[in-house]
Amino acid sequence: MSGPAYIHIPNRISRRSLLGAGLVIGFAAAASRKAHAAGEQPGLGKIQDVTGKGQTGTAFEGFAPGGFVRISPDGRITLIVPNVEMGQGIYTGEAMLIAEELEAGLDQVQVETAPPNEQLYRQPLLKSQTTGGSTSIRGAYGPLRQAGAAARTMIIGAAAQRWRVPATECTASRGVVTHVRTNRTLSYGELALEAGRQPVPQNVPLKDPSQWKLIGTPARRTDSPGKTDGTATFGIDIRVPGMKVAAVAASPVIGGKLVSVDDSAARAIPGVRDVIRIANAVAVTADHYWAARQGLAALRITWDDGPNAGMSSAQLIDDLKGAYGKVKAIVARHDGDVDGAMARAAQRVEAEYELPFLAHATMEPINTTIHVRPDGCDVWVGTQVPTVAQQLVAQATGLPLDKVAVHNQLLGGGFGRRLEADSIQQAAELAKHVSYPVKIIWSREEDIQHDMFRPAYYDRMSAALGSDGLPLAWVDHITGGSITAHYMPQGLPPGEIDPDAVEGAKETPYDFPAVHVDWTRADPPIPFTWWRGVGPTHNVFVVESFVDELAHAAKRDPIDYRKALLGKNPRSRAVLEMAAEKAGWGAPLPPRSGRGVSLHDSFGSHLAIVLQVAVADNGEIKLQRAVAVMDCGLTINPDQVKAQMEGGLNFGLTAALYSDITFRNGRVQQSNFNDYRMLRIHESPAIEVHVIRSTEDPGGVGETATVSAAPALGNALFAATGVRLRRYPFDRGRLASQAMASNARQGTTALASEDR
Amino acid sequence: MVDLNINGEIRSYDVPDDMPLLWVLRDVAGLVGTKFGCGIAQCGACTVHVDGRPARSCVMSVSAVGNRQIRTIEAIGRDPVGQGVQKAWVDLDVVQCGYCQSGQIMSAVALLNVKREPSDADIDAAMAGNVCRCGTYPRIRAAIKTASKV
Repeated sequence: MSGPAYIHIPNRISRRSLLGAGLVIGFAAAASRKAHAAGEQPGLGKIQDVTGKGQTGTAFEGFAPGGFVRISPDGRITLIVPNVEMGQGIYTGEAMLIAEELEAGLDQVQVETAPPNEQLYRQPLLKSQTTGGSTSIRGAYGPLRQAGAAARTMIIGAAAQRWRVPATECTASRGVVTHVRTNRTLSYGELALEAGRQPVPQNVPLKDPSQWKLIGTPARRTDSPGKTDGTATFGIDIRVPGMKVAAVAASPVIGGKLVSVDDSAARAIPGVRDVIRIANAVAVTADHYWAARQGLAALRITWDDGPNAGMSSAQLIDDLKGAYGKVKAIVARHDGDVDGAMARAAQRVEAEYELPFLAHATMEPINTTIHVRPDGCDVWVGTQVPTVAQQLVAQATGLPLDKVAVHNQLLGGGFGRRLEADSIQQAAELAKHVSYPVKIIWSREEDIQHDMFRPAYYDRMSAALGSDGLPLAWVDHITGGSITAHYMPQGLPPGEIDPDAVEGAKETPYDFPAVHVDWTRADPPIPFTWWRGVGPTHNVFVVESFVDELAHAAKRDPIDYRKALLGKNPRSRAVLEMAAEKAGWGAPLPPRSGRGVSLHDSFGSHLAIVLQVAVADNGEIKLQRAVAVMDCGLTINPDQVKAQMEGGLNFGLTAALYSDITFRNGRVQQSNFNDYRMLRIHESPAIEVHVIRSTEDPGGVGETATVSAAPALGNALFAATGVRLRRYPFDRGRLASQAMASNARQGTTALASEDR
Repeated sequence: MVDLNINGEIRSYDVPDDMPLLWVLRDVAGLVGTKFGCGIAQCGACTVHVDGRPARSCVMSVSAVGNRQIRTIEAIGRDPVGQGVQKAWVDLDVVQCGYCQSGQIMSAVALLNVKREPSDADIDAAMAGNVCRCGTYPRIRAAIKTASKV
């Protein structure tokens, strides 16, 4: 996954444009570039579709602005990180990887996000310049250290040349090169220009982990100060001279079109400037967002609701369930004698699970600031896919790709929503009708109702248990849409499995003698995409709930039962045992309280979470305490691994408790945080995190605890109440105590008799 | 024209009376540290202080503010409690995406201004109106307690 270092020596014009930049080191994975050119399937990006032909053919020739390290003669050290910051702490983690080998302190560097440039910043795992899928550290771990090492080697080389001494007599530390024998020193800034003329080092040996100063230490986030004093700039905070602000309404029925707009009332509102119509949306621009909102509300809009006018949740779920058995399933995995095991089972267990549509609801509502001119375009936005944004804007405006500048900003949450650039494309289509820069802000209602949703799923599970209660066979029939297909130029070839649809199901932590996993494709007629935790967030809920069901069917303790299936998986077994121990598994609890566990191996990591809950007589759920034990291999910044466990779990608990996007007459029924609500501070459990010290390769972190949340909660609710809930958000009505339920029935009867 | 006292400076703004304070701050005064999250006082991202008390600026019209003192995140570090909260936030690395944190900090400072050593129940009551989608609640709670001890 790691490629050779490339140095980009600025030519004269570029050097002027770079304002005194000296050393500029770029980096890319030649292997992945070849794979891309050969047409290999991209990961989370539409890159193959949209990158344009010339780019892969002319890689690494001439000047490329950026790279990973930029040192200017005035001593400024800038680290350009290939991924975007959306809360996961990647500005800090990736800066640590570069700075470790560069021999600079985090306090000495500035961190910038990379501009769109597939040659320089193609992420080796996703094969595109994309931030997602918990891949950033895994992809960057080798290449960014190599970038830092190459830069350090060139800086030392420059110093050695200046002093006319062997480079081996020089050392580097905290931005200074020292000639040890004579104790002479030169700062990186003083060496920047000469370092840029040093030969490109090949295969620079990386530091032994015992020499690390940064990696593995709990470094403070580089973005904390700006995010606590109001100076951090998110996309929505951009202000450009002459800018207007716009409010937008897309067709309330997904797939509908704009027919006509009466804008006479809107135009009378002070501050309103223009009303812009495009095929499926209308926007009002104004001096400020309040006037734009008022203007939008004053429009009289006629929509053509289109083919989804009658769409309802009931229909969508019927279609989903109806696809099972009707549409041919594609086998993801078939090992062992499943049919034979089913035939000779001492006990067979079957269950059906359902998952809802979900919105992302990032705290920063969707927005784009854009200035389209005849000769070029600037876009200010927070996006997980900067090159896709650039391409879509180029297409929408008809401008050449190199005339579209995308200025990526901090993301006020991503969670997969900002893997999609639909809103950026819409912004370009709107903005080309006006000459001024315009900031287009989606209201929260627009943000929720025009999200690209995590699709619903319907999964049928069955297992054959032997006389010892352990599984002889495990069968997982998944029914749901293909997200990956939308990212492939020709779609998913018939008969091919979507790896995302079965991720977390095809491979589980457990050793089953016989396994069958298949997938029935059923795409809903609305836009859908990834959501934090991608495939595993869907599949692990089902797998971990059903394993729990098997344990109870076998009358075995859920932890012991899982351990019996982990003979070949020592890392998962270790986190499970530690989580059970730290959570006090087995210690008595009051009535209607319980502990549930969830274990999974996702994104190259192993995570066990035990969640303790209490359920009130009326079914209300109190989240009391969570213990997470994470083995994500080598940790770059352990405190941020903890932070992702805390936050990721709460993110997943919101979905498990509350999130359910529903449709009626083609419209999303939820609109804002009042009816699409979030977990709040008084509902968040106490969370204790343990991170295993490990020298294994780093695993992904950002999505893992979100994956654990729903199954851990569902299993805890079963432990507390004996009620197995196979759909989330979990139905509190079904958790009401017997006494409460019977009271309620009596109450109903009494009322009914009074009515009579 | 509306006169507003924002962070100690009184200025006239040519805006309609019913315009929410949030949009005057962000789009007219250029103080973009205060965030838009929901527009209906459900998330707390737009929290500012009006005469020292937390207010949701997305639903508070400028005419309702009147001549009272408005304090925003940009100026909260001017007093010791604000500074202490910001320091605790940095020391504990509370933030993730950070978008809600201006509002979280404004609510936390307002709490500590009236309750030097808040209990968990005090924190729940004062902070329940501030949503954090990244789920940083454990650290928000811990940082408030850290700041309360300074």
